[in-house]
Amino acid sequence: MKARIYVTLRKGVLDPQGKAIQRSLSHLGMEGVDEIRVGKFMEVTLGEMTRPDAEKLLDDACRRLIANTVIEDYRFEIEG
Amino acid sequence: MKIAVLVFPGSNCDHDAYHAIKHVLAADAQFVWHKEGSLDGFDGVVIPGGFTYGDYLRTGALAKLSPVMGAVRRFADSGGPVIGICNGFQILLESGLLPGAMIVNESLKFICDYVTLRTETARTPFTRSIPEGTRLRIPVAHYQGNYFADDETIRRIEGNGQVVFRYCDAGGNVTPEANPNGSIGSIAGICNEKGNVLGMMPHPERCTEPEMGSADGRRLFESMLSHIKENAR
Repeated sequence: MKARIYVTLRKGVLDPQGKAIQRSLSHLGMEGVDEIRVGKFMEVTLGEMTRPDAEKLLDDACRRLIANTVIEDYRFEIEG
Repeated sequence: MKIAVLVFPGSNCDHDAYHAIKHVLAADAQFVWHKEGSLDGFDGVVIPGGFTYGDYLRTGALAKLSPVMGAVRRFADSGGPVIGICNGFQILLESGLLPGAMIVNESLKFICDYVTLRTETARTPFTRSIPEGTRLRIPVAHYQGNYFADDETIRRIEGNGQVVFRYCDAGGNVTPEANPNGSIGSIAGICNEKGNVLGMMPHPERCTEPEMGSADGRRLFESMLSHIKENAR
């Protein structure tokens, strides 16, 4: 079973890296990009388990380690 | 009196902290490997700076799961003095012993420089002999030192007097120009509600003798030792 986890900075948390990338795009002459927020993407391979168990496990993993909910939001998708 | 200096894979200011306590202040210091599950017999704990676990995932995120951090939590709950410096501060934030989080410096640059701090409270074991308003010259060296917390948390820690140090200019004024990393409220160090756990981004262990450029950092360790001595009576 495969899953994908997305960790993004919460609204209101400064993202100087995203800002720098956005500025660099406009230096390349690409206009129209108003904002970029940089996050993390993880591919997870899970052992045999039911979908509800996988959801519970991933939520627990995100809450306790993978995301810092003071500054980050998370969501995940389970394949299949 | 015995002070524990924790050592994680990737700690790199552990020897500086050890030197400050053992050689500069002539107190007993001992390295404690992160796999230790107990801090019995210690009177104070230093979580030094460095790059624990290569800063993987987030700074301090993996170190918070080391066995010794359970012992640090128990030590802190019992009122023992704990200081986390730089990466040590980040570990305390990740472990929830202190509120908030660190994000990348506003400038996107690693900053390695002397800064001036204004002491905001003498209520911690580390500042008890440093009067409020005292300016200290202490160096910073970090990429993720931009302190962040939501508005409610900021209001709470400000209201409780948990802000211990702020970045300021040479005259002691807290200004945007004197804030090296973009921290909310120019916060450089905070303590827990009880005051016995301090986290700070600047490195007091790097300035404990005049030949290091400043000896101001020594005052924090002296404070801690005098606190321990007094409480042992």
